[in-house]
Amino acid sequence: MTALHELSLRDAAARVRRRETSSVELVRAALERIAAVEPAVGAFLTVTEAEALAAAQAIDRRVAAGEDPGPLAGVPVGIKDMICTKGVRTTAASRILERFVPAYDATVTARLRAAGAVVVGKLNCDEFAMGSSTENSALGTTRNPWDGSRVPGGSSGGSGAAVAAGECHAALGTDTGGSVRLPAAFCGVVGLKPTYGRVSRYGVIAYASSLDQVGPLARDVADTALMLQAIAGHDAADSTASPRPVPAYGAVLEQGVLGLRLGLPREYFVEGMQPEVEAGVRAAVRELERLGAVVEPVSLPHTEYAIATYYLIATAEASSNLARYDGIRYGLRAPADSLGAMYETSRAAGFGTEVKRRIMLGTYALSAGYYDAYYLKAQQVRTLIRRDFEQAFQRCEALVTPVAPTTAFRLGEKVADPLTMYLSDIFTISVNLAGLPSLALPCGFDGAGLPIGLQVIGRPFDEETVLRVGAAYERATEWHGKRPRL
Amino acid sequence: MAITREQVRRVAALARLRLAPEEEERLTGDLDHILEAFARLSAIDTSTVAPTAHVEDFGAFLRPDTVENPPAGDESLANAPARDGRFFKVPKIIE
Repeated sequence: MTALHELSLRDAAARVRRRETSSVELVRAALERIAAVEPAVGAFLTVTEAEALAAAQAIDRRVAAGEDPGPLAGVPVGIKDMICTKGVRTTAASRILERFVPAYDATVTARLRAAGAVVVGKLNCDEFAMGSSTENSALGTTRNPWDGSRVPGGSSGGSGAAVAAGECHAALGTDTGGSVRLPAAFCGVVGLKPTYGRVSRYGVIAYASSLDQVGPLARDVADTALMLQAIAGHDAADSTASPRPVPAYGAVLEQGVLGLRLGLPREYFVEGMQPEVEAGVRAAVRELERLGAVVEPVSLPHTEYAIATYYLIATAEASSNLARYDGIRYGLRAPADSLGAMYETSRAAGFGTEVKRRIMLGTYALSAGYYDAYYLKAQQVRTLIRRDFEQAFQRCEALVTPVAPTTAFRLGEKVADPLTMYLSDIFTISVNLAGLPSLALPCGFDGAGLPIGLQVIGRPFDEETVLRVGAAYERATEWHGKRPRL
Repeated sequence: MAITREQVRRVAALARLRLAPEEEERLTGDLDHILEAFARLSAIDTSTVAPTAHVEDFGAFLRPDTVENPPAGDESLANAPARDGRFFKVPKIIE
């Protein structure tokens, strides 16, 4: 019999709704799993044992009273610590917010709860979501469940690791340049970055506001679709959340890919990438062809400029967003005798190395004399990158690429040179600049037994097609069923 | 174009960051290294390209101008690093 913590999200919810398993049993199983594997994984910054058990009891009472608690009925989920949870500290993995306790739930948190989910804890990430390995967390180290000497990817590394390790059935992450997809790929789970505007950011700690988007991580495509269904849609509290209607994502999963036109961008198969990653992705593309998809080469000629464009725009926006951490109303305050000194010393003590580096880079790019050469230039190149995708999508309904040029790298391997770390995002970053939906899912393992990630990029607001491609691939393969031995 | 220590000090002042001397030195090298790599953008002719600030497709979303926020209560002050009753306490602002 499958252990409770290994059940899919939808099976677990179905059992609760049918009264075969109680939410309390599911939550206890998750808490036991957390206690057993956390010493090796380190995915959580906060485990909300008491709150989770109380919430589970409330769900069980509702089921007993004949009510339906919703599509995620009683199922344990984890939430990246960039996303506010009422009454539970939300740190952004930063010293500056180490003791911050939100007075309200983010819209996505509230929507998960309204759908019946039970939050079992808050997940580690790179500080303020700035990083590709979770090594920039100021509050803890997360290890890859497949190999403890490797990173889980970032910035939502805790989310990827917790889902892979069976500590929760699904999780929320945030994705500004690849931060849901990279950890999904490195940890061998499914992750979705929705279209910019598909999901509310109200109550999500801001990094780069023209790029940030909340997305789910789960163990297969159907569970990912279920999570998206729960969080997507307009929100009066976020003026960037689109009023477009939300389709029924589960309805398209069985449709298959027969006749679907998939583009293979030649710039995403480059020299220097790990040969096993290229081989794994090409094999997945052949599988999709076998299933009836029509694959053709396309070109995204401005891909080589994406890293520079992203790191100028994202850091400029970050320098503005992070100006709010001034030690006045919340967050760390360092002792000082004047207001100006208090700002400077609080920020110096509260922010880590990478956050300071990005604030400095962004402030420089926005400063008088450099604005046109850096920030404006990057915004113009962003237009060109976006047009590349528009052109490709005139011919194709989705694009298929690797998530990253390598599988999970070793802890410490890339911390010395920020540019080397930034290159981990080379295949994910353009998607954020263009605001597109994109799915990451497992498509094999390298010689060291580490998962390889396949990326499916869609047209704006066409999450249905990327989920459909992912579901068809999953039905034909068994990669998504593999679990790390812990 | 090389980034100087003086530029780093000026940017740190704009960003309200007090940097230790070794941080200043490291950031001078880092910014120089990063911006040198990013200089490749200048190779593209963008003279006729409009900038993209955001990718929303539905324009500004307006809502009725009604007050929905509850009055600020104790919750708003719960995270204050220093408070005095209903007020946030800060160092002296006016000399």
